[in-house]
Amino acid sequence: MHITYVVHVEDKPGVLNRVSSLVRRRGYNISSLTVGHTDTPGVSCITIVVEADPSAAARIEANLYKLVHVVRVENVTALPTVYRFLALIKVSASVETRTQIMQIVDVFRARVVDVATDSLMVEVTGTDEKIDGLLDILRPFGLLEVARTGQLAMTRGNAARGAAAKAAAADDAVDSAVVSFSV
Amino acid sequence: MERLTGAEILWDCLVREGVTDVFGYPGGAILPAYDAMLKYPIRHVLVRHEQGATHMADGYARASGKVGVAVATSGPGATNMVTGIATAMMDSVPIVCITGQVGSKLIGSDAFQECDITGITLPVTKHNYLVTRADEVAATVREAFLVAKSGRPGPVLIDITKDAQQSSCLYDWDAAAPSDDVVRRVSAPTDASLREALALLGQAKRPLVLAGHGIILGEATAEFRRFVDTTGIPVAVTLLGIGCLPASHPSNLGMMGMHGEAWVNTAIQEADLLIALGMRFDDRVTGNLKTYALNAKKIHVDIDPAEIGKNVPTDVGIVADLGDVLRAWQPSLTRLDIADWRTRVDTLRGDAAVRDIKNMPDDGHLYAAHVIHDIWRATNGQAVVVTDVGQHQMWEAQYYHHEQPRTLITSGGLGTMGFALPAAIGAKKACPDAEVWVVVGDGGFQMTMCELATIAQENLKINIAIINNGYLGMVRQWQEFFYERRYAATPLLSPDFVKLAEAFGIQAHRIERRQDVVPAVDAARQHHGAVLFDFRVEQEDSVFPMVPAGADLHKMIRRPSPLAETGADR
Ligand SMILES: Cc1ncc(C[n+]2csc(CCOP(=O)(O)OP(=O)(O)O)c2C)c(N)n1
Repeated sequence: MHITYVVHVEDKPGVLNRVSSLVRRRGYNISSLTVGHTDTPGVSCITIVVEADPSAAARIEANLYKLVHVVRVENVTALPTVYRFLALIKVSASVETRTQIMQIVDVFRARVVDVATDSLMVEVTGTDEKIDGLLDILRPFGLLEVARTGQLAMTRGNAARGAAAKAAAADDAVDSAVVSFSV
Repeated sequence: MERLTGAEILWDCLVREGVTDVFGYPGGAILPAYDAMLKYPIRHVLVRHEQGATHMADGYARASGKVGVAVATSGPGATNMVTGIATAMMDSVPIVCITGQVGSKLIGSDAFQECDITGITLPVTKHNYLVTRADEVAATVREAFLVAKSGRPGPVLIDITKDAQQSSCLYDWDAAAPSDDVVRRVSAPTDASLREALALLGQAKRPLVLAGHGIILGEATAEFRRFVDTTGIPVAVTLLGIGCLPASHPSNLGMMGMHGEAWVNTAIQEADLLIALGMRFDDRVTGNLKTYALNAKKIHVDIDPAEIGKNVPTDVGIVADLGDVLRAWQPSLTRLDIADWRTRVDTLRGDAAVRDIKNMPDDGHLYAAHVIHDIWRATNGQAVVVTDVGQHQMWEAQYYHHEQPRTLITSGGLGTMGFALPAAIGAKKACPDAEVWVVVGDGGFQMTMCELATIAQENLKINIAIINNGYLGMVRQWQEFFYERRYAATPLLSPDFVKLAEAFGIQAHRIERRQDVVPAVDAARQHHGAVLFDFRVEQEDSVFPMVPAGADLHKMIRRPSPLAETGADR
């Protein structure tokens, strides 16, 4: 199954390498990874989606916490969470098809960000499925180039921290009836 | 505040961390540090290979509980350290390795002896640092020591560029204190989990403690002893747990696992409760996980949350300092009502004793087990024994009965051949008054025997017992058992070890008969300098019992019994 962690890390050289190397070394596959700044200076946010058995979730979290530069790990998999991807799509567009494409773009609440004589560039954000859907519909027009990001994730409301702790405890229950730790 | 160079700051910080001895080898990129070292109260041991430096730092740390320090230059000096760092990582040993690096302007340019050692050691260090400025040195060193020894200890590497060593800056040790966030505080164990564990203990009819390295690393041997004495619970130890409870203690059953005692492994399979303290259910102690201790509930106490449930599902997992847990349990403990269980364990034990090679009549051959047994008797079980990896390591664990923690020093997790000789140098430096013995195979000895020169140069009193069987013995044993005796690449031609030692100015003797062992060992103990023994032991002897890799823990290959040869023996 896919487990999504939102990992806040100190913005030190090599920190991304440490996180990805750890996941690889423990034998799990990373299916998506996104890095960016947070609004706290010196702290970056890594959203990492790992393919693993649910029983491994708490252990991966515990391993991440062993990295000195990791500030906070949230397993958001079981929480009410907004997931987003972003894609830039360059699609061929002739004078005849341009209007049609722009209507489709509207329906998907995407935006045209560049117009050339024979193509359009579309920016779309949303879930993976939505982006796939848009691509399917645009494909017949001729896709020239597609760039997609990894996944971003943020828990809804302010339930995150408390709920994350509870979710982690629930994960432990898979392995152990009673586990006490806080990190 | 004074103005110092990065190199001076490095040594000043090390001295303030309590470092008195370092093990190292110089070279261009670390030269400024070496030059500055002369001004500081540091004893430096010149090793013969940087792998040796890391094992020495490791042996130093294991023997003393202090952080060991190794130093090397950039490039090949640094890469030579990797095996020793990985060894320390697997066994949770706190060491700090300091490497020189090319000038910061040259990094990334494939400069002479440049090597990305922080990249290379990323998966085998607890943490590592690249320091490119003198004003980062103090904070880095202070943090490195804290990281190495806190929580589950481990190796830390600091790579310092040459210009960071050479340039100067204002030095304020106090201001460089590490932040609290560096260390993950383990919470006190929760009452609920502690109570839950005690409830399981109260209900158990056949409880058993699995005692590991964590008891020694966590300095909790006194608390553990009290726990065992109060409850009367039997104890099985891991290889690295040896010494956490005296071997002579009536509750100490001995070592578990692949070459553990048969009664110990059988007891694990029959137990209804396992209390794992500071051990990690390594595959060498569990055998086949699908059939491992199926009758037992499991309580697992470890300081590392990532260990709980990793290999074996647990009923109660407690992530905390072991001493805290044992102290919290102590007031509620009572003597367990497990007389039947103890009788059962004693029966298992009696059955195995008749097969013990130690109890077999002398047939004129010299067996490794005899040699170890005789060294144990001659040293009253009080020596610090540093072993290498292989058959002799297992025989040592079986036949040298350790009474104190930190008296068996051995590479468990990584199983690094070549560990013993350098690690013994570290142990001797840490405990100059201890009687230090090396027990090593003819194969592993030749991996790091260059450190004989270090022993000679440092004038160290270390006794070296080469268990010479003419083979890479442990591999030969696997070939005998599992590859129809096809001895591919295991017969081993060795130099004349006696002459070799003498070339280093070290006294040496070849011993071929049982009756010569004790007198020779006694004489060696009286000799002021190092002594090396070439014990010519039975060549095709095997370590029993043996649980083949991945087999069920109770399906051991037993030593053929001389008295009762029955079908059930295998
Ligand atoms: C560095 C390294 N290389 C290879 C091995 C695999 N190995 C494990 S035991 C062993 C044989 C050791 O032979 P020797 O040192 O003569 O000791 P003995 O088993 O005969 O006591 C080997 C090759 C290892 N553990 N470490």
